[in-house]
Amino acid sequence: MRELTYAEALREALRQSMTQDERVFLIGEDVGVYGGAFGVSAGLLAEFGEQRIIDTPISEAGIAGACVGAALTGMRPVGEIQFMDFITLTMEQLVLQAAKVRFMFGGKASVPMVLRTPGGSGTGAAAQHSESLENWFVHVPGLKVVMPSNPYDAKGLLLAAIDDNNPVIFIEHKLLYKTKGDVPEEMYRIPLSQTAIAREGKHLTVVATSIMVSRALEAAAELAKEGIELEVVDPRTLKPLDDKPIIESVKKTGRAMVVHEAVEMGGFGGEIVARIASSEAFDYLEAPIRRLAGLDIPIPYNRELERATVPQVENIILEARKLVRGEY
Amino acid sequence: MSVNRQILPEVIQRYHEVIELLGPEFLKEMLQDMHTIRAFEERAEQLYSLGKVHGTMHLSIGQEATAVGASNALKDGDYLLNHHRGHGHCLAWGSNPDKMMAEFMGKETGFCRGRGGSMHIADVDANNLGANGIVAGGVPIAVGVGMSIKMRKTDQVCMVIFGDGAANEGAFHESLNMASIWNLPVIYLCENNQYAMSMPVGKAFNIEDISVRAKAYNIPGKTVDGNDPLAVYLAVHEAAERARRGEGPSLIESKTYRYKGHSKSDRQAYRTRDEVNNWMDNRDAINGFAGLLTTAGVISEAEATAMRDTALSIIDRSVEFSEASPAPDVATILEGVYA
Repeated sequence: MRELTYAEALREALRQSMTQDERVFLIGEDVGVYGGAFGVSAGLLAEFGEQRIIDTPISEAGIAGACVGAALTGMRPVGEIQFMDFITLTMEQLVLQAAKVRFMFGGKASVPMVLRTPGGSGTGAAAQHSESLENWFVHVPGLKVVMPSNPYDAKGLLLAAIDDNNPVIFIEHKLLYKTKGDVPEEMYRIPLSQTAIAREGKHLTVVATSIMVSRALEAAAELAKEGIELEVVDPRTLKPLDDKPIIESVKKTGRAMVVHEAVEMGGFGGEIVARIASSEAFDYLEAPIRRLAGLDIPIPYNRELERATVPQVENIILEARKLVRGEY
Repeated sequence: MSVNRQILPEVIQRYHEVIELLGPEFLKEMLQDMHTIRAFEERAEQLYSLGKVHGTMHLSIGQEATAVGASNALKDGDYLLNHHRGHGHCLAWGSNPDKMMAEFMGKETGFCRGRGGSMHIADVDANNLGANGIVAGGVPIAVGVGMSIKMRKTDQVCMVIFGDGAANEGAFHESLNMASIWNLPVIYLCENNQYAMSMPVGKAFNIEDISVRAKAYNIPGKTVDGNDPLAVYLAVHEAAERARRGEGPSLIESKTYRYKGHSKSDRQAYRTRDEVNNWMDNRDAINGFAGLLTTAGVISEAEATAMRDTALSIIDRSVEFSEASPAPDVATILEGVYA
């Protein structure tokens, strides 16, 4: 099958969506002639013109507000916030407006917008350009939160997010943009709130998000050589969460760990642990449920420090091995 | 309150043309709407003190002319975004007082099924995109509405009403700049009622007129007497026509005054009773407009007096409707979060 990078897959989703539906447009900083800070929208300006690929001033709250207003009045905007860190400047519009207007107005309005933003560390961009803030949005009723972990999902989930009638925070990962995978040309959609089993295994369930899915898969390949079979589960949509496959997986394996890049304290892993511990899977547990997550520090600049801040393949291998061997 | 009949001949002269143009029925309706808003607000306050509503509310008594002048200058199909002190804007927009009162009283029959309350009344079917509990919350949204109008190639306009306090939020700058560079059909109406909660405009701004900020965005800026519905009407109408011609946004400052406190908890330690009385006695919007219309011979004294009674009966009916309406069923509590 044809291979595309994660960035190309996203671009293809945008292109197909904009070709099919005149209501869809892209708005953000440097999305036009620059092609987006990470190249996702490269070439789209020439194809669709500046009325639909809209470069903005450095006005993040304005971008978010523009998306809310356009979505409320019949358009389907896709906003881009250049780095997830800058989403802090949009919080009022996302949390107090986009997420709430439908409910506040008695279900009589809808906000079909997508806000794309790249999160994550690993690029040497230090503390203000490397954050993973997904759980802030998971905590807000009315928002949906999507984190694709590979090119195939990136395309299918973005198309589904654009179709969705709710505000969707669509979190990409900087280190995934250049990774390649099979991506069909057709306009396929991956339904939101559908957890995927990325790899089947019988000894330990590893629930991972975003780039941690590929790291968990790498770890699984290594551990398979020792006879340890990991089952890697990728929620893909964090909110609303489809937890059934997670619960079922833990019932099968009897062990569970969660891996994410965001800091552990107050992170998404806590929610997964709670869902497992308060489900029927509890009776099947043979070991404590473990979390592997970012250290509770800002992302440091130095390459080694940066690497040591978030889970790497070797950390997953060590943790998984200990869990399966009953060392906890 | 005694009706102020001291309308100077030059005022009549100034408005002669516009009075002719708008015609008696339109002008009567404007005055009636001002009475209805005031009656709504007075009843809202009364219901609150009787313990029939909970939470808080922000009354716009004294500011009726801005709401009525602005809304009447627009057409069906135009969009409205407004702020937390928004009962008047919604009524002036033509929204049903029964559904408004029901919302205020938290009933299922309210505009927002009792989920929004005083601060979030919206009449989405009439393109009233809602009052907003966040100062300047609606201001960036207006950019998106303006973009949407342009993309859909209609001749609609979007009016966003915000207070003097909102003009000092960062969102104000981002929004006006974006609307200006993209030439969007947005009317920015700053309803300056002199206080951002307790902060007087004299302390919050180092300028006399907020409208001078329009210069920074290279768009028209105008300050009008916000207690004169015709002055507001003319300014908003001009801005709307300009927007419909594709000439972009405008900033209008409407200077008015709120008679009541910011909300229910306000002891008003930041202003004097004399200051409030001076506005009530000498610059009341309803008295002023009634005086103008009677002096100009548009309505009779008797008609002017009857309008207050009409307003009271409209509000009586809205309260009856609301009291007879069911409260939301707790079983439906999860509805409306997601589409």
